[in-house]
Amino acid sequence: MRMNPLPESKITLSNGKEVIVKRSNTPFILFAGLIFTYLSVRVTGFSLTIIFERMHQFFVILQNMIPPNWSYSSKLWDPLLDTIKMSLLGSILGAICALPLAILAASNITKNRFLTAVSKLVLSLLRTLPTLIVALVATFIFGLGTMAGTMAIFLFTIAYVGKLLYEQIENADMGAYEAMHSIGLSTMQSFRYAIFPQVLPNYLSTTLFCFEGNVRYASILGYVGAGGIGLLLNESLGWRNYANVGIILLLLACTVFIIEIISEHFRKKLM
Amino acid sequence: MNAIEKQIQLEPNHRLVNIFTGMVIIVLLLWSISAFSLDNLTANGLTIAKNILLGLVNPDWNLLINFTTGGVPYLLVETMAIAFLGTIVGAFLAIPLAFLSASTIVPKPIAFIVRLLLILVRTIPAIVYGLMFIRVTGPGPFAGVLTMSLTSIGMLSKLYVDVIEDLDTKVLESMESIGCTTVEKIRFGIFPQLSAMFLSIVIYRFDMNLRDAAVLGLVGAGGIGAPLIFAMNAYKWSEVGSILIGLIVLILMVEYISNKIRTKHVRG
Repeated sequence: MRMNPLPESKITLSNGKEVIVKRSNTPFILFAGLIFTYLSVRVTGFSLTIIFERMHQFFVILQNMIPPNWSYSSKLWDPLLDTIKMSLLGSILGAICALPLAILAASNITKNRFLTAVSKLVLSLLRTLPTLIVALVATFIFGLGTMAGTMAIFLFTIAYVGKLLYEQIENADMGAYEAMHSIGLSTMQSFRYAIFPQVLPNYLSTTLFCFEGNVRYASILGYVGAGGIGLLLNESLGWRNYANVGIILLLLACTVFIIEIISEHFRKKLM
Repeated sequence: MNAIEKQIQLEPNHRLVNIFTGMVIIVLLLWSISAFSLDNLTANGLTIAKNILLGLVNPDWNLLINFTTGGVPYLLVETMAIAFLGTIVGAFLAIPLAFLSASTIVPKPIAFIVRLLLILVRTIPAIVYGLMFIRVTGPGPFAGVLTMSLTSIGMLSKLYVDVIEDLDTKVLESMESIGCTTVEKIRFGIFPQLSAMFLSIVIYRFDMNLRDAAVLGLVGAGGIGAPLIFAMNAYKWSEVGSILIGLIVLILMVEYISNKIRTKHVRG
């Protein structure tokens, strides 16, 4: 019996049976949530008065962005394409490299416990670090430019696609795989013909979804010098040239929107 | 011809489509290959990579177990506080917006406009919001909280909408048939369905916000990002190592706990 400070209440039905209503933990969770909120307010210096007094500043900046500086857009195409290239290359290569790692991490294909544990650890370690911080480190190693950004996106894609893929593989139906194994196909061959077709639609769909997110991330990677449109964004924000910021954000929003529509179309087809 | 062969022949022929898709992907790959260049590889890039790894295995222990406001533990708590408060505020503000953009509840045009607005909110990167809010509140964790709230609204309301639109309405019909009032229908028919999924979504978003909060420090919006970039620019690799270790441990811990709670929550 679990010790519960609040006893469970009982309802006696007309036919004499008793229904036990479990006490929920909701009050405790709410209480803990309130305490955490209070502590967070203290730590971060959250204050509503500042919001009310100075919030208009935020809208002043927004107003300065409208109308956007259209003439600046001619300078934006190259960095914008760079941003897309970075995320495209990073996503494709990352998704390809994620496959072997996912196979190694799937405990139903790779029987070596040690190997699966290490691969899973690598995948989760890669996933922990935020892309921007990886990009920051990469700029120190690969120098400023698109290479650092591609690297950061590549690593993130491996981790993201790899994790979802190995979960898919572990949940796949093993019947066909075992049958193929039993008639003498090697592990890789049985994987190719039994498991791979099962996970392929999901694999592609995850990759597309990841690519979508990567375009978003890539747009800010320039902030730390990792190439793409973020560099100009940082520059314009630094100069407080909000009309330029406006056109950059507008272009970015359109690009992301278009890519999202395309990717959503294909993902729906895959499902 | 036996049954198996017949079945195989029934399989539609996708070869043309597959070849075409493959070609498109290869062309895109070749087009984007220019992003890959080692021209800018700094001469001491490898040394730096080695130093970062050395810093990771040989961190600055003083910084790592320093409990004053300058130490890694405090910075991590601050990062977590930013993410937590931002998620809470965003989670509440996203609820009305989510209902307004659910096409099953409000008229289609309104839903479409709110949706467009949310897409716009989502596309602007967190860092840009961070820089804008710094003008409002001055540099510090407060700007981070506001940023996190705004980005959370965009993401959370999108995820909420999916839940709202997938709401099981059969329950409501059966409740109506046994004579429940509207309030009862909301309390016992809608609320239990939504609250579990919403909570799971919020916890997931907290997980993501933690990473973003770590990044926001780069623009001066509080958290662990600022000390990290200072340490890197000063080539203090052991400090970099201790900050990265702290961050990795925190994120892994939060991810583990949030996964545990979510599986327990969703599976009941």
